[in-house]
Amino acid sequence: MEQTLKFLSVAEHAAQAAGAESLVLPNDADPLEAKLEGVSRIDLHFPKFSDGRAYSQAVMLRRRRGFTGEIRATGDVLVDQLVQMQRTGFTSAVLRADQDLAHARRQFQHFPSYYQGDAARPQPHFRKAA
Amino acid sequence: MYQYTEFDKQFVHARAAQYRDQLERHLRGELGEDEFRPLRLQNGWYVQRYAPMLRIAVPYGEINSAQLRVLARIAREYDQPSDELFAQARAKQDSLGPVPLSNGSAVHSNLTVGYGHFTTRQNVQFNWIPLVKSADVMELLASVNMHGIQTSGNCIRNITADGRAGIAPDEIADPRPFCEILRQWSTLHPEFAFLPRKFKIAVSGATEDRAATYWHDVGLHLVKNDAGELGFRVLVGGGMGRTPIIATVVREFLPWNQVLNYLEAVVRVYNRWGRRDNMYKARIKILVKAEGQRYIDEVEAEYRSVVEQDGAPHTITEAELARVSASFVAPQIAQASGAAPADEVGELDLDPAYQRWLQTNVAAHQNPRLRAVTLSFKRLGQAPGDANAEQLDAAAELADRFSAGEARVTHDQNLLLPWVRAQDLPALWQAARAIGLAKANIGLLSDMIACPGGDFCALANARSLPIADAITQRYQDLDELHDIGEIDLHISGCINSCGHHHSGHIGILGVDKDGKEWYQVTLGGSDGSLLSGDAGAGKVVGPSFSAAEVPEVIEAVLDTYRRERKTIGDKAETFIQTLRRVGLEPFKTAANAARFADREVA
Repeated sequence: MEQTLKFLSVAEHAAQAAGAESLVLPNDADPLEAKLEGVSRIDLHFPKFSDGRAYSQAVMLRRRRGFTGEIRATGDVLVDQLVQMQRTGFTSAVLRADQDLAHARRQFQHFPSYYQGDAARPQPHFRKAA
Repeated sequence: MYQYTEFDKQFVHARAAQYRDQLERHLRGELGEDEFRPLRLQNGWYVQRYAPMLRIAVPYGEINSAQLRVLARIAREYDQPSDELFAQARAKQDSLGPVPLSNGSAVHSNLTVGYGHFTTRQNVQFNWIPLVKSADVMELLASVNMHGIQTSGNCIRNITADGRAGIAPDEIADPRPFCEILRQWSTLHPEFAFLPRKFKIAVSGATEDRAATYWHDVGLHLVKNDAGELGFRVLVGGGMGRTPIIATVVREFLPWNQVLNYLEAVVRVYNRWGRRDNMYKARIKILVKAEGQRYIDEVEAEYRSVVEQDGAPHTITEAELARVSASFVAPQIAQASGAAPADEVGELDLDPAYQRWLQTNVAAHQNPRLRAVTLSFKRLGQAPGDANAEQLDAAAELADRFSAGEARVTHDQNLLLPWVRAQDLPALWQAARAIGLAKANIGLLSDMIACPGGDFCALANARSLPIADAITQRYQDLDELHDIGEIDLHISGCINSCGHHHSGHIGILGVDKDGKEWYQVTLGGSDGSLLSGDAGAGKVVGPSFSAAEVPEVIEAVLDTYRRERKTIGDKAETFIQTLRRVGLEPFKTAANAARFADREVA
């Protein structure tokens, strides 16, 4: 699977202060009600890598809100969840400081494609195969 | 049985390679235990008291002889702890003490190595494989299209089904093609990999519910509407554990091709609103119970959005259903021309042991010339559902000789042969008997469900297996077992309820009091089968019992049944019928009277 997700270090993220064009959405907020006028970047949050709410938020923002700007993963962002992030519609990820970039890139090489559709490719495998 | 495509094969190999990378990073110290844990869990590696446990997915219970042989090899070559670890485990289990029996003997923890264990969710578990060898095992499994994907962790688990799917005479439609489509959809679903808690789906295609669907996070029943169209009744929010809850019907009829779209809505609403602050309140049952109709309304609204706004991309196409269904066409089984009809009286038919086996272990089939035969893995000397390497190999041999190379792992922790010619029953009986798998006890007391309990599981409060052993020893007489008749005895070593004690006609639950093992007994639970009636949890008979008292309590309860039961014509009431008719009281009184006197004094 081709990697399109952009990696950012904590320092790079800190340097890009959230301005008027960016929205920080807490992970219990309803993405269907968020005000998106003029917003070009949305930061979603993983308080723990094992808290999967932001995946659904990203899917909702892409599919239901038609948001085409940047969706950034922040918080406990680890290399082993990056593929899921890309597939649910994230476009950038702020890696936790101790994460290895080489490992991060390798995660995209394991599977050429997947069974179910996702935010990037909505059609499931069986529809492509048919 | 489903035939893997090249895509499917590459997928499980890729998964094995990905796991090896994760394991190696972990062993090098680059991936900490906290971060490795969910990765290994979603590949089936779960750490227990003494060693990691591997849970291998057997999708909806279907397994072939080549796969059984690989499981035998894993048992033989990999399920082997170091002498030091095993000695240490033994010493620790022995220190828990024996369960004394009323005949003066006692039952001890009986740890062994080199075997697989059939679970209530139709999976297979191993207990002693060293973690350093785990990636080798995943590769070996991938070579026969097997894996441990999502058999643990807070994700959509292996899909279970009626053990007689595709062969039961009371079937409305074969659930297996849908189970396979669901398996593929849920496999590595990116949005649903970190749900609030685990998520279990069971599917039934028959009139009788043999898959305990009301006890699952999602239960699906294949049904036909008035127009004769196929669809699903959808149940959500069942579960056992600390708070046993029966699932709610959220849809009486959902067209079959909508099931993935609808489940996407069910799981998404749960992912967003399920509790994450308290592990014991995180299952979907708590959300459904707390929100009631509001949850259902949310799901329906979300489903409408999936269809209307997203364009329902996961609508199952006719072509896909046809492709998958083609794998499940019944195998061509040659019928010897002019062969003796099945029920012709032969020498064997006069053997009462064979007659008993026909009665309990052989079930009717959609094809009148075939039978479904259950191999009993409930016998003295081995824990319920355990199968060593020789038995796994022997079962593979039986599947090849008598059942088109296929078998099923059943919810009741046995193996079922789905394609047996009626004319082969005598030969199968003799072959199964020779390897100790023809005990005529299916559905009877000694065909009990038990979890691994405090002998293996780190969560357990008490041991299950010595209790199962004590009851098995006490009830060895087949005449007595057949007289007691059909009954569900379920044993769990803790409130997580892996042994399904809530749904047992008699349930036994291990509890911990002051560091000692105690057992609560419940009566009247049901898994939702025809025998058991509407699904529901059993009721506690009183304060918990000591391990030594449990076999006495079971005996007292069964004696009460035999005293109270009515016989209509030549048919005696079953245990559960008598219990429902006369109520809990006489059973409760008998159970409590079986307490040892010295405890009352103390």
